[in-house]
Parts: sequence; C-alpha cells; structure tokens
Amino acid sequence: MADTPERPLVLVDRISKHFGEGETRVDALREVSLAVYPGQVVALLGPSGSGKTTLLNVIGCILDPSSGSMELDGEKVLEDGHWLRPNHRQLRLDKIGFIFQFHNLIPFLDATDNVALVLQLAGADAMAARTRALELLDYLEVGHRRNAMPAKLSGGEAQRVAIARALANKPRIILADEPTAALDSKRAGIVMDLLRKVAVEQNAAIIAVTHDEKIFDRFDRIFSLRDGRLELEGAGAN
Amino acid sequence: MNLAYRDIRHGLGRFLLTCAGLGLLLGVVLAMIGIYRGLVVDALTIARAPAVDLWVVEANTRGPFAEASRIPGDIREAVARIADVTAAGSITYQTVETEHGGDKLRLYVIGYELTRPGGPPQIAEGRQIARNHYEMVADKSSGLTLGDRIRLGRHVFTVVGLTRDQVNSGGDPAVYITLPDAQKLQFDLAPPAARVQLARGTGGSSRDTVNAVVARLHANASPDAVAETVHRWKHLSAITQEAQELILTRSLVDRARRQIGLFTSLLLVVSAVIIALIVYTMTMEKLKQIATLKLIGAPDRTIIGMIVQQALALGFIGFTIGATLIFNIKDYFPRRVVLEPDNVMVLGLIVFAVCLLSSGLGVRAALRVDPATALGG
Ligand SMILES: Nc1ncnc2c1ncn2[C@@H]1O[C@H](COP(=O)(O)OP(=O)(O)O)[C@@H](O)[C@H]1O
Ligand SMILES: [Mg+2]
Repeated sequence: MADTPERPLVLVDRISKHFGEGETRVDALREVSLAVYPGQVVALLGPSGSGKTTLLNVIGCILDPSSGSMELDGEKVLEDGHWLRPNHRQLRLDKIGFIFQFHNLIPFLDATDNVALVLQLAGADAMAARTRALELLDYLEVGHRRNAMPAKLSGGEAQRVAIARALANKPRIILADEPTAALDSKRAGIVMDLLRKVAVEQNAAIIAVTHDEKIFDRFDRIFSLRDGRLELEGAGAN
Repeated sequence: MNLAYRDIRHGLGRFLLTCAGLGLLLGVVLAMIGIYRGLVVDALTIARAPAVDLWVVEANTRGPFAEASRIPGDIREAVARIADVTAAGSITYQTVETEHGGDKLRLYVIGYELTRPGGPPQIAEGRQIARNHYEMVADKSSGLTLGDRIRLGRHVFTVVGLTRDQVNSGGDPAVYITLPDAQKLQFDLAPPAARVQLARGTGGSSRDTVNAVVARLHANASPDAVAETVHRWKHLSAITQEAQELILTRSLVDRARRQIGLFTSLLLVVSAVIIALIVYTMTMEKLKQIATLKLIGAPDRTIIGMIVQQALALGFIGFTIGATLIFNIKDYFPRRVVLEPDNVMVLGLIVFAVCLLSSGLGVRAALRVDPATALGG
C-alpha cells in the first residue's frame, strides 16, 4: 500500500474523551488524531486501560466523545464533539462492521440467522439473506455449525460467526476489538488473512485492537496508545 | 425474520409457563366476573320466573323476598277483578330443610295455583304438575331426578318435572308444589303455638294465607297506575316488576354484590400490575440483546415490534388459556357462574390494553438503552 488515495475512510481529528469529573476524572483519550485509508489494515496496541476500546467505540459512533471531529467515508459525522446525525444505526448498518471483544451474538437466533438478520435489516429478502449468510459461514469455516445456537458454539466458532456478521453487508470500515483473542494462532492467522483480503477486495479500512505479536506482520500500520495518547509505532511488514 | 417469535421459541417452556400462570390468574378474574353476574342473575331468577308485572304484598312491606309478607288468599280474586289485570295468582315461598339420599337438602319451596301465574317457567325434563297433591317440579341443582320421592313436612312428594337454574338469592334450589300443598306445609311446619292459633282461625290469621299475589297486566296498561289502585286499598302494598327487581339487586344481594364487585376490581388491578410486571421484566431481561440489535443497526421499529408482539402474544395466550379453563369448569361451581360474551370481550379488551400499555413501558426503556451497554462482557 505504497500510494494511498487522497480521501481517508476514517479521519479522526483531535478527539478527547474523559469519564467522570473532578477527582474521579479519567482521561481515556487525549487529542487523538488518526487517518485510515481504503485498503489499509491498521493495528491498535497498548496496555490494558490505555483507551483502545474507547477509541474504537468513538469511531463506531457508539460512544460520545468529549471533543474533536470525525469523518467516516467522506461524511462529516462529528463536529467539535457534537454528532451531526440523531442516531447512527443506518450508518453502522451500511458502513461499519463491528467485531467485539465478546461476540455479542443474539442468543435466540442460530448462527445462520445471526448473520442473515443484518442482511435483512439492510433490505435483503429472506432467501437471499440466508444464502449469503451460509456462504459467509462457509468462508469462515463455521458452515458446519450453521444451525447451532450461540450458547452451543465454542468461543472461536462464536467469534467467527460474529466476524461473518460484521462482514455481511460489505462494510467499508471494520472495527475489531481483539478479534483473535479467543482463537488459536492458526485460526488467528486465518482471520487476519481474511480481514486483509476483505480490505483489498472491498477497498475497506480495518482497525483492529490486538496484543498478538505473531500477527503484527499482517498490518500495514501499527499505532500505539499510551494513557490516551496515540503514537505511530511504524509500518508493518507489508 | 420475526424476532418476537424466535425469542419466544428459544425460551418456549418458560414463556408457556408464564402464559399458563397468567391464564390461571385471568381465569380467576373471569370466574369472579361470572360469580358476580351469577349472583345478580340468581337473585332475579325467582322474581322473573312467574313473568308478571305486579306483586301485591302485605301493607308497608317490600315482600315477599326482601321482607316477610302475609296476605289472605282471597286477595287474588279482588286483584283479578281490577281492570287491566289479565291474570293473577297466589304464591307462597318458604325455605324447607329435608333429607335426600342421607344428605340434608335445603329447598326453596314455591307454592302456586296450577292454572295461574306463578308456576315453573320452563320444564327441562319431565312435565308440569298435573295433580292437586304431592307432585313436585324441582330444580336440577337440587340433585333430585325424575321419579325421586322426597318428604316435605308430613307428606312425600314425587318429582315429575325438572327445571334448570331456578334458585333463590341464597342459592337454594327452587321446587314447585301446588298452593294447597304449600299452605298445608306452612301449617305443618309452623311452631306449635302459632299452629293452634291458625287451627282456631283466631288472631287474625287463617290457613288461607299466601305470601304474594302476582298479576299480569294488559300490554298497554301502566303498572304504576295499577299499583296505585291496589295501594288505595290500604292494607296492601303493590310493587311493580321493575321495582321488585331493583329491591332484589339493590337491597337483598347488595352487600354480596358490592363485596364481589370490589374483589373483582381488585383482582383486575392485580392482574394488570402482574401483566405490566411480566412484560416489563421480559423487556428488561433483553436489554443487552436490544443494545446489540441497535449496535448492528436495527431500527427502532424492529425493536418496538419485538416487544409489542411478545406482550400481545403473552396476553392473548394467557387470556385464551384462562377463558378455556373457566368455560370448562364453570358448571362445577356450587353456584351459578354466568359468563356473557360481552363480559368476556370486555376483559379481553382490558387485557389487550394493559399489554399494550405495559409494552409501552418496556419500549420506553428499550429505546433509551445505550447501544454501548452491549459491549460490556
Ligand atoms: N464507561 C466508563 N466509565 C468510566 N471509565 C471508563 C469507562 N470505560 C472506560 N473507562 C476508563 O477509560 C480508560 C480506557 O479504557 P478502555 O478504552 O476500555 O481501555 P482498553 O480497551 O485499552 O483496555 C480506562 O482507565 C477505563 O477504566
Ligand atoms: Mg479493551
């Protein structure tokens, strides 16, 4: 990814976030700025409590930042700490794929329907949604668990179903909070290869929090958060 | 993909158990409504049975049900002669305790003149009384059957016909016998001193005493006007059918009616609170999933739809269980349970409204939930 296109998919501009006030005040993010371009896979490192999850949640429009501005896929969504849309569900549905630290599958839907649901919410009819959901599950090598309820899935299987769900609507921005924490290193490698493939094929931006040094070589850039401050560690092997 | 249905199916056993519990509660509410209606209907049954327009009773009484009334039997002829009166009949009412099959049996004995108003309204089985003595038409609720022989006073009566649902306001089954038999029975069962007086024909009483004379009027006659005419005879009161029914519901069973009415209202309130709690809890338990739904981009209408549909399903299934239950067991109650379709429908609508309202509470909570709450472990 030598030549980066002009327009970043994610543009974070001096975002700060603090929790609480006075003595209990925690500055989780301090003037963080970041730009991620289409096709890039970016890693977010940092010790526990350094603000990685907070940053992902702000980018995913789940958490209100205290100040700063943000653009997603060319749309200004945050201006001086104020959201410009009343809610971000349509935006998340169309543009953002989330892979959470905990899989967050809907417990009363089986693996296929967990994936098909987001396709249907985006307007696909039931048949098409199901077909695509099954394709995705196969792609993530959990096709054999298509009819299993989330409670019956192992951690790794559940995480792969969750990844299938995150990828279902071909989002251009994929946010992953320790996506490989629940996987062995072989599967972690497969998942990272997959995300990389998605980044290339869908021209998407991927931001992934990770501790896993074994997969550092699969990132284009590595950022490191310390005490709410972001610094560029360097470019990955690619 | 219907999320409400999927969630219910996922926890089907628990959902059905909740529905069954609610069903039992709503069954009790329906039973109470039925008991309430039954009480009012029972109270009016005996007064409606002769299908008359006017009750002539002892002066200054509100007889013969709310107060004791004794008038001479020959009043009937005088009443029959009044213009506008098409038919009149003497009636006696007395409660008699007897035995049948080794069990004590309380009967509400009605004596009437065979060819005049006052007899059983409808024979369900068997026939009307045909002979002047010792035949009886009994209500089925007494447990008596055709051909049964039963002792009243000094004589044994044969059951020749059966009625349905004829009980007095206390729930005692009615039996009909002829007026002469009833007067003899009254005499036989009177305390000895009174009996001596009656036998002598002294003390202003005679053996030809009845409790009321009932009269039917011409279709276009005014019951109030005829009542006024009777009243002018001084020693008699006349009560229109309308007034008689009012006396029965307002004074005779008024306390019982209000008691049950109040209890029914309380039960309704309790049911409403319980439905609201169940629906609210059902939603609260799903808050994390609702947050996840928001997180993956589900619009509010998907979330509202899920909550409202589940609340309505709960109400509908619960109500159906309750109604089915009560319709199947209502005839086993010792007293009448009257369930009119309109009562059932009103309760159904109340349940529907309560479910809708309480799902509103759930919806409020669900719409407020921050999608970020889905992220906690
Ligand atoms: N909802 C919250 N309320 C208060 N403090 C919070 C909240 N979420 C995170 N924090 C604090 O913000 C800091 C950053 O947290 P987080 O972004 O979860 O770190 P990481 O994901 O890097 O482990 C921590 O000190 C944490 O305690
Ligand atoms: Mg974290």
